Amino acid sequence: MASLILMPALSPTMTEGTIARWTRNPGDAVQSGDVIAEIETDKATMEVEATEDGIFGKIIVDAGTENVAVNTPIAVLLEDGEDSSAADALLTGSSASSANVSSHNEPKADAPVAAAPAAKAIEAEKEWGPTRDITVREALRDAMAAELRRDEDVFLLGEEVAQYQGAYKVSQGLLDEFGEKRVIDTPITEHGFAGMAVGAALTGLKPIVEFMTMNFALQAVDHIINSAAKTLYMSGGQMGCPIVFRGPNGAAARVGAQHSQCFASWYAHVPGLKVVAPWSSADAKGLLRAAIRDPNPVVVLENEILYGQKFPCPEDEDFIVPIGKAKIEREGKDVTLVAFSIMVGVALEAAAKLAEEGIEAEVINLRTIRPLDTETIINSVKKTNRVVSVEEGWPVAGIGSEICTVAVEQAFDWLDAPPARVCGLDIPLPYAANLEKLALPKPDWVVDAVRKLFRD
Amino acid sequence: MDETASVPVKGNGPALAPETMKRAYKDMLLVRRFEEKAGQLYGMGLIGGFCHLYIGQEAVVVGLGLHMKQGDKSITSYRDHGQMLVAGMTPRGVMAELTGREGGYSRGKGGSMHMFSREKEFYGGHGIVGAQVALGTGLAFANKYRGTDEVAIVYFGEGASSQGQVFESFNLAALHKLPCVYVIENNRYGMGTSIERASASKDLSRNGAAWNIPGRKVDGMDVLAVHQAAQEAIAHCRAGKGPYLLEMETYRYRGHSMSDPAKYRARDEVEEMRRTRDPIETLKAEMAKWGIDPAEMKSIDDDVKAVIADAVDYAKTCPEPDPSELWTDILVEG
Repeated sequence: MASLILMPALSPTMTEGTIARWTRNPGDAVQSGDVIAEIETDKATMEVEATEDGIFGKIIVDAGTENVAVNTPIAVLLEDGEDSSAADALLTGSSASSANVSSHNEPKADAPVAAAPAAKAIEAEKEWGPTRDITVREALRDAMAAELRRDEDVFLLGEEVAQYQGAYKVSQGLLDEFGEKRVIDTPITEHGFAGMAVGAALTGLKPIVEFMTMNFALQAVDHIINSAAKTLYMSGGQMGCPIVFRGPNGAAARVGAQHSQCFASWYAHVPGLKVVAPWSSADAKGLLRAAIRDPNPVVVLENEILYGQKFPCPEDEDFIVPIGKAKIEREGKDVTLVAFSIMVGVALEAAAKLAEEGIEAEVINLRTIRPLDTETIINSVKKTNRVVSVEEGWPVAGIGSEICTVAVEQAFDWLDAPPARVCGLDIPLPYAANLEKLALPKPDWVVDAVRKLFRD
Repeated sequence: MDETASVPVKGNGPALAPETMKRAYKDMLLVRRFEEKAGQLYGMGLIGGFCHLYIGQEAVVVGLGLHMKQGDKSITSYRDHGQMLVAGMTPRGVMAELTGREGGYSRGKGGSMHMFSREKEFYGGHGIVGAQVALGTGLAFANKYRGTDEVAIVYFGEGASSQGQVFESFNLAALHKLPCVYVIENNRYGMGTSIERASASKDLSRNGAAWNIPGRKVDGMDVLAVHQAAQEAIAHCRAGKGPYLLEMETYRYRGHSMSDPAKYRARDEVEEMRRTRDPIETLKAEMAKWGIDPAEMKSIDDDVKAVIADAVDYAKTCPEPDPSELWTDILVEG
């Protein structure tokens, strides 16, 4: 049967074009793939190929015609044995709207501005019984050891994680217990080994990728975001990526600008990722275990300065901390301080100082950055009527920006003062001891920020 | 996948058993006809965005497919329709993804460049040039970790072959002796830039030489040549001898994507390839030489045409995804 050749769209954005010339004449035999015309758009000249075998029957739109809309019938293709009367019959017989383009419905789904999916309601945290003081470093190591024992599909890879026992000694002893099949030294090629780990995770294995520091993960960020975070969605739910990317994040001490930055806000921006940032040993152990068991990609932002610090950690073998739940480290009624990682300590010191002035600060340890536990933050703000976020990272589009927005959006009527942010200075971190000290948040900055909220 | 593929016929017979030749013919034709229709639907506005057609390169994926068995994994770039069909994914599901419908493999959320099948061990469909090479190395890593003899077939273009992560992957695969067949589909042009202008390496099959990865240059327009090379490469990987590199000299007839004005190569070059090197015509001639009845080939043509027509009907009539799909599959729950 004769069929219409329609003006094709030759690029994602083309809506019309000019038929520059026809390269076939009526009566010519054409095969699928033969060039039959040239079309010009404002961007380029392109060839139109026949998509069926047949006889080139009739030209409807002459060469030189401009502004021909996409899907306009431009010629007729005949089957072998048909003559031009079939073309005429086709043109008079139908309304020539055979393109059958479906109407594109505007999505009607609720489109909340807030991030989705929100943290699921999680039951109250369990009491875990007796604790023992251990360092954050030991807590992280114990978490990995426990999960390596529990699940054969879990393995650790990264630079210096095996024979060297970890560049920061976090993986101490793991090679001895689990062997080189499951504790794997890599070459210094973050892009390659992170991609390899993501590929393994897509098959269902559960890699823990250690970056010597999160700064070096920038080399691998394409795989963290484009390969790990998006594949579940792009595959219609078929292919999850159970993987952990972990390593020290933020400033250490006098290691200069390339080795000193906080990536919380970078990763928190990405749907498909979870992001946690432990402060204490209990956070470190509990959150890392949860991250390894989570069926999604989880970024674990550790802190080198905290590695050597001791905190009480539950001894219970099953101890775990749910992802998505913040912890109130200190209760108070006058102002809410929201912090994560090493800044929790800074906020607690500030709270102690404020207490001397008669201001009772509530300190929230976020623990999870994404999904953010907005419920805990908002409940606290409704109680204290004031909020200050404390982070080591830069101010622009930082986690503090998100905290302040959430407070304004969800607790505006309860606020007695504008939400405030304490952040690292908006500069690459300098090397000189005095300059570095001036650039990072300290308890006094938090105290000053809180005092301002009470001054007006 | 079938025994006949790897059993050489004795004496002066054909390089492939007649039944295998017929299967290769059918598969190549399926890819060709599928892609022609995809191009047509793109022109009609039923397919949007980027759409990269595989026409001209059919012998590569079909020749390798002859030696893949259950559990073998494959992964490729955004020029992925051929790989999916040969992996056994249905033309309906692939075409419906191209039209962005709920019956597509990714329920309309992936599109031409992003389709996957857990069941068929096809791992995408990746839009970032070279990313699939590191990911594919991970598929091979998983095979070895689990102690199977399964292999990973990792396809990438000559354009991706200069990516840093490709060389990082070669190093990792060689270090760990991973069962990974790297297949460079050298179709001569990375978008509009010819290989001569993009790579100082003049023999891509030797690009793994620094890591002692064996490499072989293959006529990627001849499915029989691809079959022989694939047999050797896959056997090497299955035997635990580490990665293998195949450079397939192939050619794409169409533009890089649908929106390619194709001013970087002469029309005569394309015409010459189509006339003298077409993989389907070449195999057809070989089949005729060995006495396969033209009527049988015609019947394969008709079957393929019907399968594609059905896929197109399905892809046109299948509903668009429900708006609620916006918020599903972001995280695995639980």
